[in-house]
Amino acid sequence: MTVQRPFRLAHGTTTLGFIFQGGVIAAADTRASAGGLVACPAVHKITPMHSHLVVTSSGSGADCMLWERILIREIRLYQLRHGHRLSIRATAKLLSSMLHPFKGTEMCVALTLCGWDKSGPKLIYVCSDGARLQGDVFSVGSGSPYAYGVLDRELRWSLSKGEAISLAREAVFRATHRDAYSGNNVDLFHITAQGWSQRKREDLKEEYYRDKEKKGKKKNDKLK
Amino acid sequence: MFKLSEKILLLCVGEAGDTVQFAEYIQKNVQLYKMRNGYELSPSAAANFTRKNLADYLRSRTPYHVNLLLAGYDDTDGPGLYYMDYLSSLAKAPFAAHGYGAYLTLSILDRYYRPDLSRDEAVDLLKKCVEELNKRFILNLPSFTVRLIDKEGIHDLEKLTLGAK
Repeated sequence: MTVQRPFRLAHGTTTLGFIFQGGVIAAADTRASAGGLVACPAVHKITPMHSHLVVTSSGSGADCMLWERILIREIRLYQLRHGHRLSIRATAKLLSSMLHPFKGTEMCVALTLCGWDKSGPKLIYVCSDGARLQGDVFSVGSGSPYAYGVLDRELRWSLSKGEAISLAREAVFRATHRDAYSGNNVDLFHITAQGWSQRKREDLKEEYYRDKEKKGKKKNDKLK
Repeated sequence: MFKLSEKILLLCVGEAGDTVQFAEYIQKNVQLYKMRNGYELSPSAAANFTRKNLADYLRSRTPYHVNLLLAGYDDTDGPGLYYMDYLSSLAKAPFAAHGYGAYLTLSILDRYYRPDLSRDEAVDLLKKCVEELNKRFILNLPSFTVRLIDKEGIHDLEKLTLGAK
């Protein structure tokens, strides 16, 4: 028996994560859309789970928030009961097992766990369809094809920290430009063996005007 | 590819999530049998066990949408390949394929397969199939993992990267 909804579920997003020599970068936009409405322009799509793990969320905003909270609880309980932290691969499998009973329902959750554990930097994608994939680069959401386009061109293991951050920002910026359901600001996290650190949230509207000016200057230089 | 035991591999394709969940369930149960009884399930027994599970779940609320190939070496019966699909059919076959690629490769296998192929001839036959996929299949599949099972166990052969540039 399905209940009629008053509005479409929040779905649009651009999130991305990649591993490089300096650790793991996680970046995401901050727009929550419900159909054609911007339900909230300042959402946190990257949530820290513990000192060395953050999770990026996409899909249904409410479902993601709930499952992040449940997962934080479960990994904290494990830590208290067993005296050591769950590895990120184990966390991903735990999450995948918790989501499994809801497969086939309208629940829509696509998370990337970005972190650092005993075995080094890790990036694992988990979604409510049941997929659980480890990789070096993931982008999730309606804006992900645009982000992949930028990431795939420049991404290398040997990037410096500054280059990696700038690449992640650029990828999210280009995706928010083309994808109507992504936009507003960009959040950036950097995870190393020492833990995660967060950059100040940046408004992409300013980035757009800066980029436009740069292009205008280039055009003028060309015409000269 | 999931290693069920020293001489059995399970290849599992299908719906995201279902593949890993089902294959790991079978894998752990086969290993449990060995722990409880002291000897391993034969490939034929493992295949029938897998098929039974698939059949039991088929008419439940949560059927597993997976297509399987079980490859194994039985010390008494020799090598065996078992084809299973998501409707829990089971067939022992000399060669098999799942997916759209099967439309292109089965006829090649029909034409060139012989029961007395040598190891190198068999790998060449596999290469023929991959070449055909690279030519006619719409998806680009740059790399194939290849494993061989014989009386000594499972061996990793060289990856086939005929599609990569």
